[in-house]
Order: sequence, then structure tokens, then C-alpha cells
Amino acid sequence: MISLQEVSKSFGNGTDRYLAIDAVSLDIEEGSIHGIIGASGAGKSTLLRIMNVLERPDAGKVSVNGRELTALGGRELREARRSIGMIFQLFQLVSNRTVWGNVSLPLELAKVPKAVRAERVQEVLRFVGLEDKAKSYPAQLSGGQKQRVAIARALANSPTVLLCDEPTSSLDPRTTADILDVLRHINRTLGVTIVIVSHEMDVVNGICDHVSVMEDGRLTRTYRNSQQDGVVPQDTGTPTNGAGETGGLGLL
Amino acid sequence: MNDIIQYVNDYLAYVLQYQHEIWRAIGETFIMVGISIAAAIILGLPVGTLLFLCRKGQQYENRLLFSILNALVNVIRSFPFLLLVVAMIPVTRWIVGTSLGTVAAAVPLSVVAVAYYSRLVEQSLLEVPKEVMEAAASMGASTIQMIFKFLYVEARSGLALGLTTSTISFISYSTVMGIVGGGGVGDFAIRYGYQRFEEEIMTFTIIIMIILVQSIQFAGNLASRLLDKRKV
Repeated sequence: MISLQEVSKSFGNGTDRYLAIDAVSLDIEEGSIHGIIGASGAGKSTLLRIMNVLERPDAGKVSVNGRELTALGGRELREARRSIGMIFQLFQLVSNRTVWGNVSLPLELAKVPKAVRAERVQEVLRFVGLEDKAKSYPAQLSGGQKQRVAIARALANSPTVLLCDEPTSSLDPRTTADILDVLRHINRTLGVTIVIVSHEMDVVNGICDHVSVMEDGRLTRTYRNSQQDGVVPQDTGTPTNGAGETGGLGLL
Repeated sequence: MNDIIQYVNDYLAYVLQYQHEIWRAIGETFIMVGISIAAAIILGLPVGTLLFLCRKGQQYENRLLFSILNALVNVIRSFPFLLLVVAMIPVTRWIVGTSLGTVAAAVPLSVVAVAYYSRLVEQSLLEVPKEVMEAAASMGASTIQMIFKFLYVEARSGLALGLTTSTISFISYSTVMGIVGGGGVGDFAIRYGYQRFEEEIMTFTIIIMIILVQSIQFAGNLASRLLDKRKV
């Protein structure tokens, strides 16, 4: 589904240069909810941005749905991105567009005809339960509602993958649970593969079936999370640097 | 009280004998300023957008193009305006066939308009959160789509305010256009009010200018407020 092979990324120049992502390999199964957890500065967000090549890795390959994104550029890459939805910590809605206008954006970008667009916008807004807010502007919504709009916007193009960058980190615990429910629902009913980057252990363990731990630009381990109910698994294995999918290591 | 009414009546009667010239002058100002507003939008907006996109750290960082545009805008804006008008006479003649008259006067005015507004456009675009551009890229927006569906949408109230400020500056610049026979309200005030010592004409023209500038600023503020949905 999503496959990273030995991807590396560094930022800065000369002596300021530092390695943000250090030869990371990772395979994410189709239909799974995969969490990436780590302290801030560990490179989680960069790794997520490499998955849709918002950050182009210096080395390594990225494939999504069997297409090697790192080999694409320009129009082909833009088209590939349309089947990869993305949501962010600060929602990143266009504040001068209504809820309707925001959700319709990806469809407009893909030049979907107006009638089809209207139907689809209605549909995804109903899916996230915000039909009645269609004419509101983002500033008139609560944080949780904004994130729902962002989710609706990400779903508009019927993506196969949804990338979530700290989706609940600016929300209160109750709203966090709501948003996680929505994500779980998307995964179960639409079969969308979800990748969640978070620094909150509860979030990742509560919803993800696979979890990767990130430290200093490397994936130290990946495990299967059997009890997606907020129980923090105990680490018993030795760290495996950049080893990618290592099954049930450290759990079960 | 009666004295005041008498004075105002006399004043208006005096001024209104130049009714025809006043309307003509206002018309000339509108033509000059109108052409420069059009130039600001058609050329200043793209130049400002390029300045923004080519800036260090932006998506299309391009040192060379940025330096060239930046220097060009600065050079045009450093000219004392009167000297720019004179220096541009050959160019004006080449574009409109003559260096005299209202349309000819609009040429140097438009050049300043483009330089002036592009700077304000650049500033407005810099205020758009970078995250919005990131969201646009994640949705697979092309450069043109990113500019029109994200950047300009988010920056629109600033762009409107910038155009208001620019328009008022263009009116001010247009007042010296008598030098190349451009006419306009400023020229009228200088020729009739100043050179012929008709104080009434001078004060009346200033009142017209004040009303004009106030109305434009009011309209601009209103438009900008209505366009801005970023805060409740």
C-alpha cells in the first residue's frame, strides 16, 4: 500500500545540516490504521510529508498504491496526490471560503463538473455530520468542527489513503475521541488506509492497529497493536534501527 | 447667520462659473487614475505575486528573478515622480504616439502604479499562512490553482486595501500631470487657483479632493471588511 524504502532527508546547509530522516523503511498495509509516535523533533511529520512527497526525500523510494511517487514530478505527482488525503494539526482550512467552499476545493482542483461536485460535497458533509454548517465560515466553527471539515475536504476526492499530521493535538480530550471515532469509521466503512502521526500515546494506541516508534529520524520499532483501547503496550524487544515492519515485536 | 449664507452663495456662484472646466478636470483625473488602476491590477498583481513566489524560502525561490524585479520596483519608486514623467517621454511617445494629453499622462502614472501596487501585493501575500499553501500542495493544486484558489482568496482583503491605498496615491501623483498637458483636478487648481490667484477655486478643488479621497477610503475599508471572513 504505502512503501518507504531507505528514505533519507536532511535540512539546512553546511555545518547546520542535520539528518531529519535517516534511512527509514516502512510498509503500511492496505486498510490498516498505522500510527507513528515519537517526541517532537523526532521527524514524524517530515516522514508523513515524505509519503505524499510534500517533502522530497534526498534518497530512497516512496510508493503508494503501487506507484512510485519519488519517480514522478509535476502533473503526474499532483494527480497522484489527489488519491492521498491529508489533514493537519491546525486544520489548514481556507478561512475566506465557506465550509462548502473548502470541501469543494479538491474537486474544483480536479476539474470535477459542478453538478457532480455539489452532490459529492453534500455526501461527505453528511458523512462527517456537518451538513447544516455548509454556509458557515471556518472562524464560526469549533476546533472539532474545523477538523471535521478538514476530514470532509480530504475525503472529497475519494482517496485510498488519509495522512493525519497530529490531527487531535489542538483539541480537547472529548473532541479528540470524536475525531478518532470519525477516523475509525472512515477506515471501517470506506476502507481508507490511515496513517496518524502523533505525540499522544493514547491517541495512537486507541485507534491504530500498527504502531511505529520514531526517535531521532529513525524508526526504532514497529509493532502490531492488538488492543486498540488505550492500553500502552510494554516494550520488551530490542530496538531495530530502520528495520521497518517487525510484526508483533514487543507485544503479544 | 445671514452673512454666512450670503458668503456661501457668493462663493458657489463664483466657483460655478467654472462648472464646465471643473467637470472636465474631474473627468481627466478619472481617466488617468482609471488607467493606472487597470495597470496596477493587470500588471502590478502578477509582478507582486512573482516577487512573493520568488522570495527566499518560498515555493519558487529564484534569487535572480527576485533581485531583478525587486531592483526594478525600487528604481521606479525612487524617481521623483516629475522626473520620471519627463524621463519617460520617449517611451510614452512610442506607446501612445504622443507625449502630451491625458492618455499620454496615464503612461508614467501606470508605470508607478505597477511598481507601487506590486509592493503592496507582495506584502499582502506574505501574510497568508504558509500552511495554506501546504494544504494546497497536498491536494494536488497546480501553481495557477494555488495562486487563484488559495493565495488570492486568503489575501483578498489585504489586496483590496492595498488597491485603495494605491488609488489614493495615484490621485495625488496625477495632480502634477499638467506638466505634460494631462489636465485633471490638480492641474485645474494650479492654473486657475494658484496662477490666477483665484483662492476660491483653489479651496473648492481641495474640498473636492478631500471628498474624493474620503469616499475611496471608505469604500475600500468597507469592501475589505466584507471580504474578510478570517475572524468572526
